[in-house]
Amino acid sequence: MSEMRRVSAICNGTVIDHIPSGSAVQVMRMLHIDGSHSNPISLVMNVPSSKVGSKDVLKIEDRELSQEELDRLALIAPSASIAIIRNYGVAEKRQIELGSELVNIARCSFFNCITQNPNEPLPHRLQVVSQDPLEIRCAYCGRAQSVGEIIESLI
Amino acid sequence: MDLITMDDLTNEEAISLLDDAERLLPIARGDAYLPLLKGKVLANLFFENSTRTRLSFETSMKRLGGEVLNLSEVGSSVKKGETLYDTMQMIDGYADVAVIRHPRQGAAQYAADAVQIPIMNAGDGAGNHPTQTLLDLFTIRQGQGKIDGLNVVMVGDLRYGRTAHSLSHALSRFGASLTLVSPEPLKMPSEIVRDLKSSGCHIEESEDLLPAISSADVVYMTRIQRERFPDEAEYEKVAGIYTLKAEDLRSVQSDMMIMHPLPRVNEIHPSIDATSHAWYFKQAFNGVPTRMALLCRSLGIDIPEAIV
Ligand SMILES: [Zn+2]
Repeated sequence: MSEMRRVSAICNGTVIDHIPSGSAVQVMRMLHIDGSHSNPISLVMNVPSSKVGSKDVLKIEDRELSQEELDRLALIAPSASIAIIRNYGVAEKRQIELGSELVNIARCSFFNCITQNPNEPLPHRLQVVSQDPLEIRCAYCGRAQSVGEIIESLI
Repeated sequence: MDLITMDDLTNEEAISLLDDAERLLPIARGDAYLPLLKGKVLANLFFENSTRTRLSFETSMKRLGGEVLNLSEVGSSVKKGETLYDTMQMIDGYADVAVIRHPRQGAAQYAADAVQIPIMNAGDGAGNHPTQTLLDLFTIRQGQGKIDGLNVVMVGDLRYGRTAHSLSHALSRFGASLTLVSPEPLKMPSEIVRDLKSSGCHIEESEDLLPAISSADVVYMTRIQRERFPDEAEYEKVAGIYTLKAEDLRSVQSDMMIMHPLPRVNEIHPSIDATSHAWYFKQAFNGVPTRMALLCRSLGIDIPEAIV
């Protein structure tokens, strides 16, 4: 327990546990956590874990992430566990789910895709063609997108 | 019905379109007139030049009594910064069906998502050109009497040539054996070869044309384009390495078909034109009945069983 308590418990907010070690910064990017908000954020990385060897943990105070926001994490932290905290207790547990389509989460990374014109108004759509192995393609141009490319192209 | 990629059609739907195209042949040739599309308007949206494809759609529509809008102005609206979305909103109000050719990949699907009217993809960047594939299948069936289980040799630029990619995929769905003949730098991308193999297609790759054609049912030639090469010397090394002349055809099957999406440069010597192996001009004409069938299908117009 003392090992786990690297940061203090939070009163209200969201705890994202079991993030793959080293991925917490990407998780923050995907959640648009960039310091422009004033709520406290605690981040611990490379914590020893009996379950997965080593993990990252992110605690976001005074903000309850919606299911839609959490589902964005499916690409990099599909097995993260989510707890919504209210008054120091776990009020809800949530699962991350990778849906069949990522809408307006990332742009297609192919340089000649029609969606590269920033003035085109239709949503950016990446389709999950297969979950295992993970295969994601742009709904317009059909080009395959790697997780790395998607993270580089987050909206 | 939109037609963006060949994946939009099941094998059965593709065959049924070929059957429709066959019935429309007398109209395509001008031997019969049946204004099935009278009162309908086709918008030809060519954001990139492709005179052959545009004319083929135009004559298809007109032979069926329909009207055609050629939006030569769209080029200028793009230069003024109009989005494809906005252009499509305007077209949605003017036409019943639209054909789109665009330099950007995904443009046809994007256009289809932006409007209600059916959209046909006539080429989007390096992406799809399904009406070409359908007319190729139609031609193959005309010459061989079937499209399944054929021995097909694809020749030339198999790396960038979308015609070759799309036709290979379609033929693999019909159980073809493919021989891919290209110079090393223009080999078919390995992920496409992998896809074809995993769909059960027997694939051989080679750099030599003549040994490959002796047992072929179809030899599909493509152009090697200068602009694919960073420097002239690299281009000169492979330019013209695959040329067929009448004397090369001595030991081929009597019904072997030579096809080419045209225009040709020097891939097929004119000495072949008069032989029974020459199918490329018929192939070009076949764009008309095939596109007629597609226009009718997309507009929900049934084609009579017998046209006289
Ligand atoms: Zn794309």
